[in-house]
Parts: sequence; structure tokens; C-alpha cells
Amino acid sequence: MIYLRLFWSYLKIGLFGFGGGYAMLALIENEIVGSGWITEKMFTDIVAISQMTPGPIGINSATYIGYVVPAESSAAFSNPFWGVLGAILCTFTVVLPSFLLVVYTSHLIRKHHDSWVVKGLFSGLRPVIVGMIASAAMLLMNGENFGTDTRDVVWSISLCAAAFCVVYFAKIHPIWVIIAAGLAGYFIFI
Amino acid sequence: MLWQLFITFFKIGAFTFGGGWAMISIIEKEVVDKRHWVTKEDFLDQLIVAQSLPGLLAANIAVGVGDKIRGRIGSIISTIGIVLPSFLMILIIAIFLTPDLINHNPTLAAIFKGIRPAVVALIIAPVITTAKTAKLKWSTAWIPVIVALLIWSKWPIVSNPILWVVLGALLGVCYARRAMLRSQKSKVKSQE
Repeated sequence: MIYLRLFWSYLKIGLFGFGGGYAMLALIENEIVGSGWITEKMFTDIVAISQMTPGPIGINSATYIGYVVPAESSAAFSNPFWGVLGAILCTFTVVLPSFLLVVYTSHLIRKHHDSWVVKGLFSGLRPVIVGMIASAAMLLMNGENFGTDTRDVVWSISLCAAAFCVVYFAKIHPIWVIIAAGLAGYFIFI
Repeated sequence: MLWQLFITFFKIGAFTFGGGWAMISIIEKEVVDKRHWVTKEDFLDQLIVAQSLPGLLAANIAVGVGDKIRGRIGSIISTIGIVLPSFLMILIIAIFLTPDLINHNPTLAAIFKGIRPAVVALIIAPVITTAKTAKLKWSTAWIPVIVALLIWSKWPIVSNPILWVVLGALLGVCYARRAMLRSQKSKVKSQE
């Protein structure tokens, strides 16, 4: 049952999603793309759309993935109704662990956040989070996203490098970078 | 009051691009400076909690602030408020901008061909910024490299990020415990 599996996947994503939206991408990649529910290409498009719309990327991508996956998994779910149901389920599930943890454990954390246990926990998590974000980027550097013939690959790598410089050094907001890259894509690949 | 709470978080969700810190500062402005629903100290307290827990920072802080203001029902309302705009907007986009359309409309296909490499760049940038804030030393810099390569490898079991989250947390606690016991021992010695 696709809905139960989506629920279980998003429960894990919400529960182990330390380090924010970008680190969560590694979990989503493993759970959703790894299960064969969507392709790497669709996943990249979903990240792009999530970046361009208001709201946290983790929530935006959950809604989109929840809408798309039922129809992709079986022809029986091709009616949009099943997509809306999936979107509600995934969005609800990704915030469920947050909700329960904040409501039921915040007094404990307030008391112990200076303890060696919590500090140790995060000193161990921090390098892992860096690795998780890096893996998300590495997984998306593939033929589906960068093309396979030389011309496409060269253009794609140039666009990636240019986008990186603009975002990292000039601190331009991601939305403008995506819009500019889309425009560039239109003129290069049409 | 509950309606006010809902509307406030709904507006924040609808007009803030990106989650995380961008959203935190706007939430702070609204609930602390403008509406005086929580004090600055309470907000910072909630922020510590939100950062220590898994999940999305913006959702965590919405739950915490809502709980502080109106208890359980407040936390439910503020969470729905912050999530709903994203949900509705993405749903509309998902209904019209289907993967089929992106792949088969030549204009959209070209646009997304340009966007995809840029998205990768948008993920590389936070790798570097988080690596900097993680204060990696030569003794710990190998951890992200190994973790990234193994997740990337797609090998069974070791490519699951959950394994590394659990392992990282456990080893971090063990290491901190060892360091604490050592410093206690040296204290005892110096007192002798």
C-alpha cells in the first residue's frame, strides 16, 4: 500500500532530519528516489520548485512528492484526488515528529541543553550533516541532470559553476539564481 | 486570539522564501516585537529547543511558540498556519506543472535543463557553509567525506543516511563521556 509506505518513509525523514532542509534532501533521496517512486530528474525539479515557492524546502517537497508518487506508483491512483490525499499525508507526516518532540520533550531539552550528553551528541552529528548535504549534491550530479552528450555536459557544468559563484560569493538569493538559470537554459537548450 | 495566531503564522508561511533562519527572524519580529505574545527570552529558549530537535527549524519554532501562547491547541493552530500556504501553493503547482509536461513541452524542457545544474550548485553552497560552522579539524574532516561517499555509493545498508545520523550521535556522546571522565580524573589528581 503506497500510502502506508509513504507514511513510514516520511516519518523517518521527519524523525532523523537533523540539520535542516538541505540535510533532509539526503534522507528524501534515499527513501523516495531509492524506492524507485520518482526519478533523480523529477527529484531535482521538485527541489527547484520548492526553492522558488515560499516556505521551507522540506515541507514544499513533501507536498509535491506526496502528490506525484501515488500516480507514479500505480495507474489506479492517476485521479488527482489520490495525489491530493498523498500530499496531505506527506506534509502532515513530515511535521508530525517535530510536533510531538517539541510538545513533549522541550522541558527536558531546556534543562539539559548545556549538558555534556547533548553537546556530545551534536558534536557527533555536525560532521555527519555536512556529509549528508554533500551526498545530496553528489547524487544529483548525474547524467539525468547534466546531460549525456558533450555539449550538454559542458553547458551544465558551466551553469553549475556560475550558479555556485553567484550564490556563494555574491550571496544572491536562490530564487534569482534559479530564474536566471531557467532563462539561460531556454536560450541554450531550445 | 487563535484566529490571530493562525493568520500571523499563515502570513509568515506565505511570504517568506526559504525556511530556516530567514523565517526565524521574521517570526521573531512578529511574535516578539510586534504582537508581544512571547518575551525575547522565551523566544530564544524556544529557539534552542527547535535547533536541538530533528525536523524543520521553522516548523519546530512554530510549534514551540504556539504552545507557549495557547498550549496544545495553540501549537496545532500555529503549525497549520505556517504549513498551509506552502501546501496550497505547491499543490496548485503540482496539479498544473506535471513531470510529463516538463519533459514533453520543449520550452519547459529547455528551461528545466538549465535549472537542474543550478539546483546542484544551490546544494553545494550549504555544504561549504555548514562545514565552516561545524569547525571541522583535520581529525574530524574525514567523517563527512566518508559519510558522503558511502551515501553516494548506493550500497545496501551503508548508503542509508539514518545509519550515519544514529552512529554520529552515539559516537559523539561516547567521545564526550570519555573527555568528561578524563577531565574529572585530572581534576582529582591535581587536587591530590
